[in-house]
Amino acid sequence: MSQPPAPLPPTLAANPRLAVWLDFAEPGVVTIRSGKVEYGQGVWTALTQIAAEELDVDLRRVQIAPVSTATSPDEGITSGSRSIEESGSALRQACAQARFAFLSVAADLLGAEVTALAVTDGEITDGGARTGLSYWSLSGRGLLDRAAGEPRPAKAPARWSVAGRSVPRIDIPDKVTGRPRFVHDLVLPSMRYGRVVRPPAPAAVLLSPGDPSLPGDVVTVRDGSFLGVVAPTDRTALAAAAALARAASWQVTESLPDEQDLKGFLLSAPEQAVTIDEQHDESAAAAVTQTLTAEFTRPFLAHASMAPSCAIARWDGGEVTVWSHTQGPFALRGAIATGLGLAPGQVTVNHVEGAGAYGHNGADDAAMDAVLLARAVPGRPVRVLWRREDEMSWAPLGSAMLARLSAGLDAGGRIACWRQDVWSNGFIGRPGTGGEPRLLALAHLAGGQPISPAADGPPTGAMGSTRNAVPGYDIADRVVVRHRLLTMPIRTSSLRSLGAFLNVFAIESFMDELAAAAGAEPVAFRLAHLSDPRARRVIEQVTDLAGWAGRTGGGDGVGYGLGYARYKGLAGYCAAVARIEAETDVRLTHLWLAVDVGRVINPDGVINQVEGGAIQSASWALRERVRFDRTRITSLSWDTYPILRFTEVPQVEVRIVDAPRERETGAGEVAQGPVAGAIGNAVADAVGVRVRDLPLTREQVAQAIENS
Amino acid sequence: MEQQLHVTVNGESRALACEPDAPLLDVLRHELGLSGPRFGCGLGLCGACFVLIDGQARSSCDFPAWAAEGRQVTTVEGLLDGDTLDAVQQAFIDEQAAQCGYCTSGMVVSAVALLRGNPSPTEQQVREALDGNLCRCGAHRRVIGAVMKAASEVAGRAAG
Repeated sequence: MSQPPAPLPPTLAANPRLAVWLDFAEPGVVTIRSGKVEYGQGVWTALTQIAAEELDVDLRRVQIAPVSTATSPDEGITSGSRSIEESGSALRQACAQARFAFLSVAADLLGAEVTALAVTDGEITDGGARTGLSYWSLSGRGLLDRAAGEPRPAKAPARWSVAGRSVPRIDIPDKVTGRPRFVHDLVLPSMRYGRVVRPPAPAAVLLSPGDPSLPGDVVTVRDGSFLGVVAPTDRTALAAAAALARAASWQVTESLPDEQDLKGFLLSAPEQAVTIDEQHDESAAAAVTQTLTAEFTRPFLAHASMAPSCAIARWDGGEVTVWSHTQGPFALRGAIATGLGLAPGQVTVNHVEGAGAYGHNGADDAAMDAVLLARAVPGRPVRVLWRREDEMSWAPLGSAMLARLSAGLDAGGRIACWRQDVWSNGFIGRPGTGGEPRLLALAHLAGGQPISPAADGPPTGAMGSTRNAVPGYDIADRVVVRHRLLTMPIRTSSLRSLGAFLNVFAIESFMDELAAAAGAEPVAFRLAHLSDPRARRVIEQVTDLAGWAGRTGGGDGVGYGLGYARYKGLAGYCAAVARIEAETDVRLTHLWLAVDVGRVINPDGVINQVEGGAIQSASWALRERVRFDRTRITSLSWDTYPILRFTEVPQVEVRIVDAPRERETGAGEVAQGPVAGAIGNAVADAVGVRVRDLPLTREQVAQAIENS
Repeated sequence: MEQQLHVTVNGESRALACEPDAPLLDVLRHELGLSGPRFGCGLGLCGACFVLIDGQARSSCDFPAWAAEGRQVTTVEGLLDGDTLDAVQQAFIDEQAAQCGYCTSGMVVSAVALLRGNPSPTEQQVREALDGNLCRCGAHRRVIGAVMKAASEVAGRAAG
């Protein structure tokens, strides 16, 4: 049985030429092209599985080409856990159509019925016998030089033999042996090294670059408040940049909010309020017998990638070539072109891997830096590497947020109404958003405009600061309002899971508070408000995995907590249980997770993503807070921005709840919110006091106990 | 002012001209073209640049080149025996113990140093040995598992 045909996947419809997606030009090899980039999430491995499955070739024959705006399909940004859903669907369909095109021609040549033909590792067979034809023997006929046609039925998951199984990631061997793989490792002929001298604060104007004595082979670039150098070696460039930084004089203005009063900042800044969800049931609202209200906050959070951003650019007359670890090569191409007044066709962006990216970090900005410096030495590639402190202070951050929740219980202990208000800077600020390049260096050039406050996407519970702000529980009467700030003293943009991390932390903390007010057990209380069977299943599975019913502790320094959400309200389901010990510090000892992400291409890849998301979320929840004074960010290193370490990470156990008939969804962000909720509830269980302000450090817990 | 540096890197003795205060990491990456040791922070706080210096795992970004004079330096590339991976490297692949992999070479180096001194570590000892290596993707659990697996395989080989 085959799947019934669906409409053409959107990114295939947008890039319809089949030869863009795959070719058989190299004998014995299938080359596939995707617009989605690899940054450690394993997407390339999953995409090769999909292609191998649909084409009936050995997985080892499938090679994925690096993403380049010159040759790859434009599939937008690699973000939002949409790669398997978008690129996977498009590639699967492109491969299904390619396979059918080759079999149709083979049938004509052989005088056979196309339905009698099959493919075994790329060889075309007729009734099981080899025909001498293959994808490669027919590859000269231009069969892929056409647009995708009517959708073809794809292979049913029940017949999968390559997809749906755990396979080793294709990129890991290079990474354990230290082979060059990252853009940081790329050395091009005649390459020069550039470094940028960033202003000492977000609101700073370069008065004079001074006149430091620099080696004769160093080229200095100054345009407005953009200051940089190009040198024969990185070491010379770094030293020259340091000398320039010492010599330069700047006018610095205080422009940052009071870090000790983020609530005050969020509530007093000018804002745009929009109701993103509204559903009224007057009889439910009238039945309320008790009302609870609470506020939850998170601080600014940093991407804090392991590698500072890096890029290479070459300026050849009117042509610009860029090598970057951007998550959006096509958007970056457009932004660079807009920023320099070029046509997009004059700019080529080649993706090369970087360290893990968790949203919009400094990658794109480093690329713009490299282009501006390369313009000073035409014909030579210029590599720019940011310093750690620049990465921490100049890459966009995930916004501080406040969620105010209010809910009413009826006499039977059911939630009758819910209101949620979310204050935040926007999460949508990637290059090209709103037609604006939004690249850091452009704002520093003479006449450059400051980057405007980040947008927040369509007003729904799936996007921006209100991602997951609509509770996934059965509540008849509810209102959810987004308050997007209209000033942006600290540059914000997308960070893994956007608003879901705080919203789910708030909702799941509040669910436990409501359960206590209703005199109900937290899991039973949730299940009583959840009719979606997939939601119920992940909660039942995780409580089984964690041994929830037989847990001990609670109030004696050991605590358990549960958190649940369906990501974006429409994607993967995840429930988490946390166990913590709170003695002198908050120590997270265990995390158990159950996820339902629909059909799974690479189960071990899903587990790896969920584990990673869980540990990162735990690090945010327990440790992370970007510090700053009134002029500048002061969290500049791992000392001042601590993250969870090897001696602090919990045991993590992940169970995939099988759902082969459900649409595949991403796994990389499902854990972010539920883990935060589970940890918050475990802390409350252990210490008997609710801590509503993240991170849940010893100091914050002590403060909450003092205030209780 | 450049000076001659004599150092053995991955078993090969080298004489290099370099600025004495250049970090060893710069010499390894830029002069010798080794991409395994990676720049992460420049302050010795993240472990991405770890190498073995006379058998001890330590950061190379804050280790001045002059101090490497006459020493044995091993990078992650130097752990291979021909095409054969070190047991730790193989265990990282077997356990799929990475996401982005930028921090992986430093972790492999730390784990190799640990197992040379303590072939049968407890999980807590593995965690402590790797505490100077940061991972932002959250691959910790798999990394710990990989090091434990490498230890048991090395022990199995020695016993067998």
